[in-house]
Amino acid sequence: MPKIVIVGGGHAAAQLCGALKEGGFAGQLSLVSEEPHLPYSRPPLSKGLLKDAQPSLTLLRSEAFYAQAAISVQLGARVTAVNRVAQQISVQTASGVETLGYDHLILATGARPRRLAGLAADTPGVHEIRTYDDALRMRAALPQAQHVLVVGGGFIGLEIAATARALGKRVTVIEAASRLLARAVSEPLSQHILTTHREHGIDIQLQAQLNEVHLIEGRFGGATVNGERVAADLLVVGIGADPRCELAQAAGLRCDNGIVVDATLLTSDPHISALGDCARFPRPGAGDWMRLESVQNAHDQAKTVAHRLLGNPQAYAALPWFWSDQADLRLQMAGLWQPGLTPVRRGGVKPGSFSLFHYLGDQLRAVESVNAPVDHMTSRKWMQAGFSPTPAQVGDLSLGVKDIPTVGG
Amino acid sequence: MTQITVIEPNGHPVTLEVLDGSSLMQAALSAGMAGIIGECGGAAMCATCHVYVEPDWISRLPEIQDNEDEMLDCVSSERQAGSRLGCQIKIAPELAGLTVRLPATQF
Repeated sequence: MPKIVIVGGGHAAAQLCGALKEGGFAGQLSLVSEEPHLPYSRPPLSKGLLKDAQPSLTLLRSEAFYAQAAISVQLGARVTAVNRVAQQISVQTASGVETLGYDHLILATGARPRRLAGLAADTPGVHEIRTYDDALRMRAALPQAQHVLVVGGGFIGLEIAATARALGKRVTVIEAASRLLARAVSEPLSQHILTTHREHGIDIQLQAQLNEVHLIEGRFGGATVNGERVAADLLVVGIGADPRCELAQAAGLRCDNGIVVDATLLTSDPHISALGDCARFPRPGAGDWMRLESVQNAHDQAKTVAHRLLGNPQAYAALPWFWSDQADLRLQMAGLWQPGLTPVRRGGVKPGSFSLFHYLGDQLRAVESVNAPVDHMTSRKWMQAGFSPTPAQVGDLSLGVKDIPTVGG
Repeated sequence: MTQITVIEPNGHPVTLEVLDGSSLMQAALSAGMAGIIGECGGAAMCATCHVYVEPDWISRLPEIQDNEDEMLDCVSSERQAGSRLGCQIKIAPELAGLTVRLPATQF
């Protein structure tokens, strides 16, 4: 019976366990995770977990699921080496180092938050959020905080900023680029998000240079931004994440800002797959490579890997989609926005709701929806099916998006 | 803990002991039930935890909010009178005996 070992304990790992079990996998399955918790849902960490009356860990699968599926789970265990010749990994646990053999190894090692140079992550008053324990630590610190400084105007930074603002904190966000979410969303959406956060009383500074972080008796005590002092008492570092490739790299697997995989998510070793945040995969139909940090990507890549391991290999071709909840903005993105697309704006049925349909020529490439879930869900179905409505159709408010004919024009 | 029943798409009923306060989606997903996905983790963002509430129970659940209502318009299987998103149903003792059916597809 084949033995599959999964390294990592995030969404990809949990979903792969589920997909293999549902697909009837009959071999041995092991999961080795550094975290002390079974795989859990990460999206709430930067939102509800910080402000709900009671913090709660939402497991993706219950303890009973792993037991019933006979999945061997090692938590708090760090994989220190992969021996590709012997097909074994070395696992460091509290009780020492042990080896674990595999027929197929899955690297679902995720990504690690970038840190500010010279600033240790455990510095009092300094926070990042990747794990449940990170979120609990911030939750414990928030009640005493008066002024939260968020470095980085990306999704995590803005979600945390909005949450802190909702808790009544003074909030400053500094972003080095000339607009928020510059790599992920279009200029008009960026502008809308900026305006909304400012209306909610968040101080957002663009093209802001962080000159210095001040420590007072070892604790975060403010910063100098563009030469001016910001008197904050809690610092959130949200400047992106890097793929965790060190294990793969040390084992001689091909890595390049991510563990490089083929269209079926196989690494340069046919006995090793990689998926989720850590994997750099061929962009479907584009001829280049990309890495995505999203729940959708982790889920859909898990399905692709499970299909292959169950004898039905197929290329990864899922439509990317992701979402973010910030203040009263429900942002839903389908497809990947990129510079050079032409937007068509469609107003929504409610105040404050609209969608931007982005075209390359007559081809719909990405749709960004604000409080317009029907637009989002409909566009996902369109793009998954390879259908492009015309710009005139999506711009025509007399026609509901769901009423746009998808065949015959 | 409150006992509820979730009927899989193939008609097989599964009884779940659910921690009060957790959602029906979480309960079914963490039990490893096929037929529910809950991709967004409970934010009413993905419409992949669609369930059909049995007729007797429809009026006994909290009302559908706008977000949920809009997402229900986008579910993959047909929307019916008993359609709800499992992530928006919080289990509480008064829901003991709640029975829902899972649709044939979630996406």
